[in-house]
Amino acid sequence: MTLRNIGIVYRKELVDSLRDRRTLISMIVVPLLLMPLLTIGLGGVSAILIGQAMEEVPKVMVLGGEDSPKVLAELEALPDVSIVPAKPDYAEEISSKQIRAAVEIPEGFDAKLASGEPMLLKIYMYEGDLKSGFGADRLQKFFRDVRDRAIRERLESRHLPDSLIRPFDIKQQNVAPAEKVGGAILGGLVPYFVILLCLTGAMYPAMDLTAGEKERGTMETLLCSPVSRTHLVLGKFLMVLTASIATAVLSISSMAFSFGVGKRMLLGMARGAADAALQISITAKSVFFVFVMVLPIAVLFSAALLAIALFAKSFKEAQSYISPLMIIVVLPAVAALLPGVELNAALALVPVLNTSLISKEIVAGTYHWKYVALIFASSCVYAAAALAIAVRLFQREDMLFRT
Amino acid sequence: MIEAQNLVKRFRGKNRGEVCAVDRVSFQCRPGEIYGLLGANGAGKTTTLRILATILGPTEGTAIVAGHDVTKHPEKVRSSVGFLSTATALYGRLSAEEMVQYFGRLHGLDEPTLRRRIDGLFDRLEMHSFRDRRCDKLSTGMKQKVSIARTLVHDPSVMIFDEPTLGLDVMAARTIVGFIRECRAQGKAVIFSTHVMSEAEKLCDHIGIIHGGRLLAEGTLSDLRERYGKQDLEEIFVKVVEQ
Repeated sequence: MTLRNIGIVYRKELVDSLRDRRTLISMIVVPLLLMPLLTIGLGGVSAILIGQAMEEVPKVMVLGGEDSPKVLAELEALPDVSIVPAKPDYAEEISSKQIRAAVEIPEGFDAKLASGEPMLLKIYMYEGDLKSGFGADRLQKFFRDVRDRAIRERLESRHLPDSLIRPFDIKQQNVAPAEKVGGAILGGLVPYFVILLCLTGAMYPAMDLTAGEKERGTMETLLCSPVSRTHLVLGKFLMVLTASIATAVLSISSMAFSFGVGKRMLLGMARGAADAALQISITAKSVFFVFVMVLPIAVLFSAALLAIALFAKSFKEAQSYISPLMIIVVLPAVAALLPGVELNAALALVPVLNTSLISKEIVAGTYHWKYVALIFASSCVYAAAALAIAVRLFQREDMLFRT
Repeated sequence: MIEAQNLVKRFRGKNRGEVCAVDRVSFQCRPGEIYGLLGANGAGKTTTLRILATILGPTEGTAIVAGHDVTKHPEKVRSSVGFLSTATALYGRLSAEEMVQYFGRLHGLDEPTLRRRIDGLFDRLEMHSFRDRRCDKLSTGMKQKVSIARTLVHDPSVMIFDEPTLGLDVMAARTIVGFIRECRAQGKAVIFSTHVMSEAEKLCDHIGIIHGGRLLAEGTLSDLRERYGKQDLEEIFVKVVEQ
């Protein structure tokens, strides 16, 4: 009888919610559109922008060097920079992005280079600006080549081998599997969105099934039925949980799909930008475990949202209570994205943050089973507590009949 | 059968401190009888009826409804009660039939019984033409019929109506009044609250006048007329309240 009653309430709430446009949008449309937009859209736009920046011939200014015609001629012959006449306000022009970079050639550069006298060559750039960085890189590469050539000539003139100044070469080689590289880049972002969508998916039904019912006057009708209030709230809770999980499942699937399509699209747009995306691969195992870890969080959100929305008299009032919750949830989820934040026993007990961190590791292919178990268990405890609170609040007359 | 025994309900108000909405209210309503609870707005009618329907619990006292104690077996009480008020709205996104079905199932009816009951009710209330229409697309009169079907689907022996005609047009109000009479004819114990004197005069076998949470006078209409020396129920009401 108990399960039957909960089932009846759940089935009705499901039918009712699936006929509600707002629930449908938050449960189905948002996750299906948001993920492709984020990966393909955002990734595509950044690939295009990087491609454009790389294609641009940066304007650079050469300061000084009047007494060094040789290096000046070589600089002017460079195909991938465009030299503009020198002006004293070069710094200003870089800041206002009229030119991308400037190089200050020391006095008597050619002569000093020939005589072997030490010099300091300065390149001016706008730190953090992509196009200025490209301009400065090209200048630096040119002068590094000039320097290497000078070294070689000096060694040759003294009949000394190259290895004198270069006893060995260094090369960094990646050995991490592709998914770990992808995980490091996007590992933090994936659970962040899944957790956030779990919350947004549960939000509308939670408000609609409590405050919405009070506002529309159906709560009293429902309370006339002989079904106990515990069963009523459990039926409602299951519906909210369904919406939350459906949102998470849809977002994970649409994300996996977007990565697949996105990789190919990025490859077509700009080869350089696609390299990073190509490294990303999310395995079915990691998807499964992220889902398992997110499950108690979905229960926690659903129960907490139900409990909070129950305080409100109307849908609008419920919205004003629940909006701050978004920030409370976003903060720990974002904290997991910060570099250097790593899982430890204390953080494993912080709700949401712990799931965000463990999911980040799972996506990166690392499974600390001890933490997986600890986090799953602690999330279950929080979820059970939230559900118990929601059930208790639903028994309270002052909650159900707040006027 | 309804028997209220010294019902008390106190609320903790936000600014007003503790408020006694119902103060030691006792009365009886037998099967086949209509008991009218007469009172102004805020007199305590709704709270009393909500306690009888076990939507609210009493602070003190109790009531026996259809043989069950409201404080001990609220679920059994609700199984035997049909509760209708202007506050008991319909689920707008469900159809008329789905709405009645839902409550039939919540009352534990099996599917064949439920189907039979719904067909019978829809015949009687002439609801077949809009049985598949969503409740938010129905006229006020149609909505009233759905509400009536919802309260009757489990064939309760006790009916509780809280200002059922409030805000209704003449035709919809007539449907309700006719329905209340029908319930009495079927031997149900009916209690209903109103502040419309003419309605109470027309319908009630017994009348209780409630004011400030207290039941100030009670009896049949002729009892009250005799006791207060007035014919008009409105005059009687004013006299009782002013005393």
